[in-house]
Amino acid sequence: MAIETRSSPVSTASERIVGLRCRNCGRAEPIGLSYVCLACFGPLEVEYDYAVAGATLTHQAIAARAPGIWRYAELLPVDASPSRGLPVGSTPLLAADRLAPVLGLDRLWIKDDTRNPSLSFKDRAVAVAAARAVEFGVEALACASTGNLAGATAAAAAALGLPAYVFIPADLEPAKVDHALAYGATVVPVEGTYDDVNRLCLEVADETGWGFVNINLRPFYAEGSKTLAYEVAESLGWRSPDVVVAPVASGAMFTRVARGFEELVELGLIAPRPIRFVGGQAAGCAPVATAWAAGTDVIEPVRTPDTIVRSLAIGNPADGRYAVELANATGGSIEAIDDEVTAAAIRDVARLEGIYPETAGGVTLAAAAAARRRGVIRDGDEVVALLTGNGLKTPDARTLGHGDGIARPGEPGLAPSIRPSLSAFERWLGGEA
Amino acid sequence: MSTVRIPPTLRAATGGAKQVEVPGGTVREVVAGLIVLHPSLESQLIGPDGDLNRFVNAFLNDTDVRHLDALDTPVGDADTLVLLPAMAGG
Repeated sequence: MAIETRSSPVSTASERIVGLRCRNCGRAEPIGLSYVCLACFGPLEVEYDYAVAGATLTHQAIAARAPGIWRYAELLPVDASPSRGLPVGSTPLLAADRLAPVLGLDRLWIKDDTRNPSLSFKDRAVAVAAARAVEFGVEALACASTGNLAGATAAAAAALGLPAYVFIPADLEPAKVDHALAYGATVVPVEGTYDDVNRLCLEVADETGWGFVNINLRPFYAEGSKTLAYEVAESLGWRSPDVVVAPVASGAMFTRVARGFEELVELGLIAPRPIRFVGGQAAGCAPVATAWAAGTDVIEPVRTPDTIVRSLAIGNPADGRYAVELANATGGSIEAIDDEVTAAAIRDVARLEGIYPETAGGVTLAAAAAARRRGVIRDGDEVVALLTGNGLKTPDARTLGHGDGIARPGEPGLAPSIRPSLSAFERWLGGEA
Repeated sequence: MSTVRIPPTLRAATGGAKQVEVPGGTVREVVAGLIVLHPSLESQLIGPDGDLNRFVNAFLNDTDVRHLDALDTPVGDADTLVLLPAMAGG
């Protein structure tokens, strides 16, 4: 699918993108399929020249561009916006006035990322990683996935005409496996947890040279999540909210959304203003929330996650320490949410707002309520909750894992079958009333 | 002698070797033995506190040693230790 050509110029990459730099020790690396610092093993990040990026990225220039993540191209780490790819981003920011009081909030916006091409925010990260993969000439796209990334990688590869290899825990939700298969990906189930899958893929990436979006393309992949911040700020009329609530799995998206707001301040596109960052994890796999509650940034890995929230079930999160630092530095929190509470939050947002998120969305909304009870969210605060995936991916979650997601007679809201006659209908309605 | 698998990031320090046979009865001793064989690995593997750098994860026969006895985990001759960057996340 073609993407419209932008109507205003973007500076060339060589001026704008300085290179890669180690987040830990600051050592510089050239742009390439590298993701780890050769000196200290720390994570590599993309470094920009913001003077160059800011010269062309103005409110007026952005307004004149086509919808989607590439309207912020100056702050994305690719040489040029791709000529092929799925239409990702520019999802709506919706006022959730009916849900807000249920969560104890005065003002709540929902960033509805359930409606990206493969139905999750991962399309943002993958679009950027895939664009770089094409520039690097990799022979295949691949990923280690808890499910949402599987669909996003498979869909992006299909659109680009690349083979896709998707590694998943063998017991992943069937809907997510089918989703990746539908796009023509080769799905490799691995006997073990997500962390086992990830460790295997670290070695596979080294040996095959495939472009693993969240491993050897990770510096670029991580940048895609910043577009959530850009879109929230633009939707609010170029300003930031008081609180951002997001799910935390590896912690990469949580920390990059914060970076996105910082960049907008740096470029003068929004006014500097404190934002509190609240993260949500499932209580059955909460290494980051546990560390935050204990007042440490040392993440103790969880060996055997036990939660319906598979999309957040990372026991050994790479950016966990940075997520704790972000919550502490901004006056936020990292909340651990029980599965029953997550399921209730999914039901509430669906019936009150018409938005049906997957489990991570339930965690996020419940984390907002928990942060409100804790006093992190205060009277009058304007809160933005990032709902990052679609409920059709986790159909059994709404009924807390006891059902298969298919409504049956006796379920609240489901009428018994009736004959196709008005009298049968009226008898049922009369009995019901 | 246990086997240590070396990721590409560390192979410059091992003269390109993908795996190295190293003596030692615990993970700590094996890592120390590896550094004796290839001294330039020390700056990459060992943090300021003398333990493994927090960006390095060690896996004994594919299990994270933090789920075992960490650096004190016993290592036998048939065991394989893998050193990988701490880089997990979907």
